[in-house]
Amino acid sequence: MPISPPGSSRRAFLLKTVAMIPAMTLAGTALAGLAQAADGGPSGYAPSFFTADEFAFVTAFVDRLIPADEEGPGAVELDVPNFIDLQMNTTYGHGGLWYMHPPFRQAPATFGNQLGLPPREIYRQGIAAAETAIQAKYGKRFTDMTAGERDTVITAMQKKALAMAPVPASMLFGQFLTNTKEGYFSDPIHGGNRGMAAWKMIGYPGARADFTDWVDRYGAKYPFGPVSITDLGA
Amino acid sequence: MRDITMKHTDAVIIGFGWTGAIMAKELTEAGLKVVALERGPNRDTYPEGAYPSSIDELTHNSRSELFQRLAKTTLSIRYTANDEAVPYRQLAAFLPGTGVGGAGLHWSGCHWRITPEELRLRSRYEERYGKNFIPEDITIQDWGVTYEELEPHFTFAEKVFGTSGQAYKVNGEIVGAGNPFDADRSTPFPLPPMKNTYSATLFGKAAAEVGYHPFDIPSANASQAYTNPYGCQMGPCTFCGFCSGYACYNYSKASPNVNILPALRQVPHFELRAECDVVQILTDSTGKKATGVLYVDAAGNRVTQPADLVILGTFAYNNAYMLLLSKIGTPYDPSTGEGVIGKNFAYQNENSIATFFDDKTYTNPFIGAGGNGVAVDDFNSDHFDHGPLGFVGGAPFWVNQAGTKAIGGGPLPDGTPEWGSGWKKAVKENFTHVVSMNAHGTNMSNRANFLDLDPTYKDYLGRPLLRLTFDWHDNDYKMAAFTVDKMKKIAEAMNPKAMKVSVKKPGQHFDMTHYQTTHMGGGVIMGDNPKTSAVNRYLQSWDVSNLFVVGSSAFPQGLGYNPTGTVAALTYWSAKAIRETYLKNPGPLVQA
Repeated sequence: MPISPPGSSRRAFLLKTVAMIPAMTLAGTALAGLAQAADGGPSGYAPSFFTADEFAFVTAFVDRLIPADEEGPGAVELDVPNFIDLQMNTTYGHGGLWYMHPPFRQAPATFGNQLGLPPREIYRQGIAAAETAIQAKYGKRFTDMTAGERDTVITAMQKKALAMAPVPASMLFGQFLTNTKEGYFSDPIHGGNRGMAAWKMIGYPGARADFTDWVDRYGAKYPFGPVSITDLGA
Repeated sequence: MRDITMKHTDAVIIGFGWTGAIMAKELTEAGLKVVALERGPNRDTYPEGAYPSSIDELTHNSRSELFQRLAKTTLSIRYTANDEAVPYRQLAAFLPGTGVGGAGLHWSGCHWRITPEELRLRSRYEERYGKNFIPEDITIQDWGVTYEELEPHFTFAEKVFGTSGQAYKVNGEIVGAGNPFDADRSTPFPLPPMKNTYSATLFGKAAAEVGYHPFDIPSANASQAYTNPYGCQMGPCTFCGFCSGYACYNYSKASPNVNILPALRQVPHFELRAECDVVQILTDSTGKKATGVLYVDAAGNRVTQPADLVILGTFAYNNAYMLLLSKIGTPYDPSTGEGVIGKNFAYQNENSIATFFDDKTYTNPFIGAGGNGVAVDDFNSDHFDHGPLGFVGGAPFWVNQAGTKAIGGGPLPDGTPEWGSGWKKAVKENFTHVVSMNAHGTNMSNRANFLDLDPTYKDYLGRPLLRLTFDWHDNDYKMAAFTVDKMKKIAEAMNPKAMKVSVKKPGQHFDMTHYQTTHMGGGVIMGDNPKTSAVNRYLQSWDVSNLFVVGSSAFPQGLGYNPTGTVAALTYWSAKAIRETYLKNPGPLVQA
């Protein structure tokens, strides 16, 4: 059957993207350092959906959701911003997995996102609204803030204490949090979790998927490191 | 886009999950020419389950690769009949399937037999606790079929599924350390129980210490290589941890695709058409006889498939949906309690406890299998005295370690922040040192919970969406509090360094944003009276005698157990009635 596995086209796309698009620059923002990959070189990634300003905002945001610290790698060094950007070009990013027909009625939060915006627009309109709201409330741009200041802003968004429209602060926060954890912990074939570093940190073996000999070694640490779909030649 | 009429067939089956596949096998064995129509795409172990690309959590769990695509169709939900419903726009609380194999391709594999008491639940409670015990709003009913009648079909379904487990009682003799609450069986399980994870053994040991009766969950994940009665083969489960949401790469998890379809493919008088979305069951001018179905194919053609016999075997609530669209049967009216289509929708009432252990105790939750684990049944069904408790139902408790993955993550201790360094530290400290247990409770049918058609929202074909009116009620909160309190004794006996208890609080609403279960039932319930049920004890429509409606839609109320074992047995029971009685003299098998 001439159907390729779902991962292969994404991988090809990702590799092509990384290879062919010249590196962007974040020079002039406080985040220039964050655009450097963990190996010290430029990440070599140019966003395909986000504008440079938006990508700087994304980078500054996810850097605080999962910061680099003594426990392990941060979201930025594991290419989570790149992952989120790539996801915006998928069916998911366009809202193609969601029921998007009107009317869009207000409902309690227990009914899920009823706003009618796909992830691309939650980010695009949400980041614009956040920039305006943050400037008004704090008197500076998010990307010019220190880590501690950004934490204050993110906490306000999480607690619905930053007035924003049309995308409420808590919705933009939730979208960021979901996609950041996805990019941090998904198979590297999707563009994040560089070097499987997040899996190594928590002891997750990735795509090994055979524990016949380990299921009844009770209480023992699983000794093998992770493997990714890419390692396995898919 | 054209109007097309296909050649007549003996039987047409709507939906090709477990029920459709079982019916297709049974009816073709009886010599019938069968056409099965599946709304979703063709699917199989290859390519959907192929290793390693299938071992991809983002694609399968986060992006719902194998589940129903809500962009095309969904249902709307509201809490009460006085509210406006809104669509279930993003998959979360429950994950309906689509495509060849249905949710049976990507289920977990817990394979249970309903308890004999639950098949006559209303009578049982009235006999044991008195006529006034059952709360007025609880609309539970007897099923109209007995365990003894279903037993041969449970047995055969287990053989087809290659189910692993330990029997307790076979033909009246105690044969091993199975579930002491189990009803008598005619045979042992076809395969021995699976190995257990460390987490499950910790749970089992603690459960025994507090006086409960632990046993191995019957699992349709093969403990050994196996060939079923249809000649279909399974390989031994490797505990890869990718069951629910995934097609098993290893042919270890029973599915219609692995356990039935290979045999059906050899049958010349069987045809499976994928991407054919049935929009209506057609009836003649009397409305009492089905003449076939109308469907829309992948090219947008409107196709009529004439048939003598129609089997409706879609996912849970979609059976009620199809009858409402086809105007067959009387829709349920919650204000009067009259009417039957859409009545007694029931879900499941999930509550859980996570126990956290020190950094030297590795529970390795990524090792697992969907049907695997250790359970106790002491507080399920009517295995305990409800008299002083004031609620109906109960919950089996279990550690069913199905394979925790990195994005979904494991539970984190109370007080853990949602993000930042504190969150990361907690994930790192707990990911491989946690044991999760569930009280997989019943949800009793309630007169306020039902299905009908939405007046506003439409699907991709312009059909009205199905509308679900559902919320938790007093019986649910009481059952949850009682059972979780009993399960907590096990958690405490495991002596963890911390525990996190998640239990529904009185007044807490149904939350569509967090996964609970996909075990839904009711809407086209079975029974012995056409005034209170939609299908008779053989799952034959009371209104249209050449229409059989199979699936969990027939459940008059929810179960503590997972539904698939009971769904499969009921389907074989219905097929037997069709083969042995109906086909000789088509017409009602039970006089109204």
